[in-house]
Amino acid sequence: MSLENFSLMRHELLLIAAALLVLIAEIFWNPAKKRSISLFSIILFTLITVAGFIPSPSGTLFGGMYEVNSTRLLMKNILNIGVLLVFIQSVTWLNKEENSEKISEYFMLLISTLVGMNFMISSGHFLMFYLGIELATIPIAALAAYDRYRNNSAEAGIKLILSSALSSGILLFGLSMIYGTTGTFYFGEIAKLFINNNLQVLGFIFFFAGMAFKISIVPFHLWTADVYEGSPVNVTSYLSVISKGAAVFIFIIILFTVFPVIMATWQKTIYVTAILTMTIGNLFAIRQQNLKRFLAFSSISQAGYILLGFIGGNQLGMASVIYYVLVYIFSNLGAFGVVTAISNATGKENIEDYNGLYHTNPGLSLIMTLALFSLAGIPPVAGFFGKFFLFAAAAEKGYYLLVLIAVLNTIISLYYYLLVVKAMFINKSESPINKFRSDFPTRFALAICVAGIVVTGFASVLFEAIRSISFGV
Amino acid sequence: MDILTLFVVIPVLTITCIILLKDTRQVRLVAAIGMGIQLTMAAVLVFLYLSARHAGNTAEMLFVGNHEWFKSLNIHYTVGVDGISVAMIALTSLVVFAGIFASWEVEFLTKEFFVSLILLATGVFGFFISIDLFTMFLFYELAVIPMYLLIGIWGSGPKDYSAMKLTLMLMGGSALLLLGILGIYFNSAPAGGRFTFNILEISKVSIPMSAQRIFFPLTFVGFGVLGALFPFHTWSPDGHASAPTAVSMLHAGVLMKLGGYGAFRVAIFLMPQAAHELSWIFIILTSISVIYGAFGAIAQKDLKYINAYSSVSHCGLVLFAVLMMNQTAMNGAIIQMISHGLMTALFFALIGMLYGRTHTRMINEMGGLMKVIPFLSVCYVIAGLASLGLPGLSGFVAEMTIFVGAFQHPDVFHRVVTIIAVSSIVITAVYILRVIAILLLGPTTNEHYEHLRDAKWFERVSAVTLIGSVAAIGLAPFWLSTMIGTSLQPIVDKILALNPF
Repeated sequence: MSLENFSLMRHELLLIAAALLVLIAEIFWNPAKKRSISLFSIILFTLITVAGFIPSPSGTLFGGMYEVNSTRLLMKNILNIGVLLVFIQSVTWLNKEENSEKISEYFMLLISTLVGMNFMISSGHFLMFYLGIELATIPIAALAAYDRYRNNSAEAGIKLILSSALSSGILLFGLSMIYGTTGTFYFGEIAKLFINNNLQVLGFIFFFAGMAFKISIVPFHLWTADVYEGSPVNVTSYLSVISKGAAVFIFIIILFTVFPVIMATWQKTIYVTAILTMTIGNLFAIRQQNLKRFLAFSSISQAGYILLGFIGGNQLGMASVIYYVLVYIFSNLGAFGVVTAISNATGKENIEDYNGLYHTNPGLSLIMTLALFSLAGIPPVAGFFGKFFLFAAAAEKGYYLLVLIAVLNTIISLYYYLLVVKAMFINKSESPINKFRSDFPTRFALAICVAGIVVTGFASVLFEAIRSISFGV
Repeated sequence: MDILTLFVVIPVLTITCIILLKDTRQVRLVAAIGMGIQLTMAAVLVFLYLSARHAGNTAEMLFVGNHEWFKSLNIHYTVGVDGISVAMIALTSLVVFAGIFASWEVEFLTKEFFVSLILLATGVFGFFISIDLFTMFLFYELAVIPMYLLIGIWGSGPKDYSAMKLTLMLMGGSALLLLGILGIYFNSAPAGGRFTFNILEISKVSIPMSAQRIFFPLTFVGFGVLGALFPFHTWSPDGHASAPTAVSMLHAGVLMKLGGYGAFRVAIFLMPQAAHELSWIFIILTSISVIYGAFGAIAQKDLKYINAYSSVSHCGLVLFAVLMMNQTAMNGAIIQMISHGLMTALFFALIGMLYGRTHTRMINEMGGLMKVIPFLSVCYVIAGLASLGLPGLSGFVAEMTIFVGAFQHPDVFHRVVTIIAVSSIVITAVYILRVIAILLLGPTTNEHYEHLRDAKWFERVSAVTLIGSVAAIGLAPFWLSTMIGTSLQPIVDKILALNPF
């Protein structure tokens, strides 16, 4: 393997090295100091994140099975930033007594899934894509069951593995039809050989359903809430942000490059599923009491908005999707960061537990409010810009009715986000959560999220940079 | 940095200072100083504007500042003002200034209160200086969202319900608006070229009629929700009644004007043909607002509800006049916005002060207050008289101009609705005079009220500022209507050129 190849594959190779280093550290580290493995992993990962930003040429490897260009590179870098945040947020939780035995496992498994996602994003061939998607999913199921002494954590793990196995099966079934009619698995060749016959469209629909599972698009969302609720909070935030983001990234690339011929078909599919996803996600979120379930349904509806960027097949659409995922990483991790901090300190996860939080913990309440406003799309925070561009992308192609439904949905979502704000600021409580001070990693991660939420919107440079490397059908 | 951007920067700096302070008294002081500077700036702006016009500068917008923001979408941060926006900025700074003094005694979470209040003001100022639809929309939403916390935390009565209802309805309006703005944007270059959010550039092209028919109603209703257009006005009585004093003042006084101003500046100015074609629907709706609001006010017993319904009626009149689309009526609409802004702010301030003393807002529980608290009572009478359109105060100038303008339309429809709308003056007189009679005159009904104290210094500052402005407009309306009129002229000319009567 030459240095040039290394440079092309540096994300994956470095991550694999990091995963191995963490394992080796686990063996040789002084058992009394196991907790410093967290620090070691984070430093390692920070280096990888920084290395990811070194500019590198585009190119393909393994006869076109592996592809890198600036778009995909950027997607990987965005994911890296998100994972770094998740890592930092996890430290407090990993330091707890019951987790001290398995710190390195946590990092090793998360890094493995990230390797899978990176391979998935870089794939130029459906087998590579499938390998990536499996590598990205199976370790997460182990992580969902991380708190194995808790029944619902184990349940989350088994639910995740079963439903993703089913969705992989569906996806493979679709791919086999596409292979049967085109005789190839290479993205570029399929795009040329696709002639829009019924079997191919059926294959595509199965493929779509498989992807819909991963992004949790209605009606393939049913696993989401239970898995999110059962998993440890940090794993939930990883699932809702990174897993979803990675699947969204590769999905838009495949739709735009492999299936442009049947654009009319997938536009209809997306039209319907987008409406369903937004509306059902929002309506179910209204009734939730547990914040993890609440954020699970909110993340379903967010996926619905993201689909608005897909539908036009335009450059603005792809740019707004990538940009929105970036904004979403900061906003959702901000919200999850607060939930994690409070859950670590008190074990409370329900909305009513947050009553009167502002009077005892004003900082956390303000961060939560900022994050929720960003998710709701309220200016001047980044979510507003993200939503505006998504809607503009759909409007550019004349999908005004869809945009109308989407903006009405943002009002529903505003309602339930405001319920949390109301709990924190307005409601009175007999026994509010006591004042506590989070430790450094938690505060540091939250500070990054806040900076991201505030800056990503105003800094037009970011959006312009993303747009310049996006493409349309 | 251009002078207009200062109108956003000063509130933001004030907020920053407030956040850094700890002491309640310092917080109040800094808020008052910040908004005092803002008021001075507004006076300077009026002066600069008038002298620039006097010197013969006939550009449509003055003090234009332009910074490119999102290049690929042609989004700019563009600011500029004409006579109308200058007048609105002056109104806003007056009301905010008076509002700070009216909330001098907020004890609970004082710092947060002033931060939210000034944040709201920032949104309003930003809205009035923007001439780019994107930034305009951004500031519009920024002005709406602090309302939730202001009402929810510091409000009274069923505040949870009112705050949620108000926020969701207004954000619903802005949702329609967002769609309208996107529609305008993607039709802003019918002959090819780059799409733009700049209002002045869009006004030079003609948006295709098919698009206008869809996006005019969306935009107009979007702004209309904030302007209390029937049947989307229901947030207003509940919201105003539950809000703390300064918030009611700002909201009825200024925020509702965003609706009228936007309907005029965006919906009608950019899509005049559709406005002309569809105006009859909205004229009927606004006439209902005018009459319904007035009748609603008669039926209420709570002072704040009375005033909230009265605001529905008066703001309905603004939209009514704007839809008449001629010079006189539109001129009246702008004067009405300013007049009502000052007057209703005064009303809400006085109601807050009364409530602080009597601990009730029900008119039938009070009586004979004129003897015990003469200063406040006289102020209340003046506000009432301005509201029912007594000559010499601002309300008369505004309503007179509106009805004269509306009656200039020769056709039956416009004349009939004008006659209907005029009848609101009589109904207004009924509810205003009734309240004054019960509340202020007659014997003091409740012995506890014998020892009430009259206005304190900060309350006097608040009331006198507003009364002075109301009287100034009433006695010398000419400078205001000239300032508005010269800016209105090109807009009306454009509308009339496309839709001759």
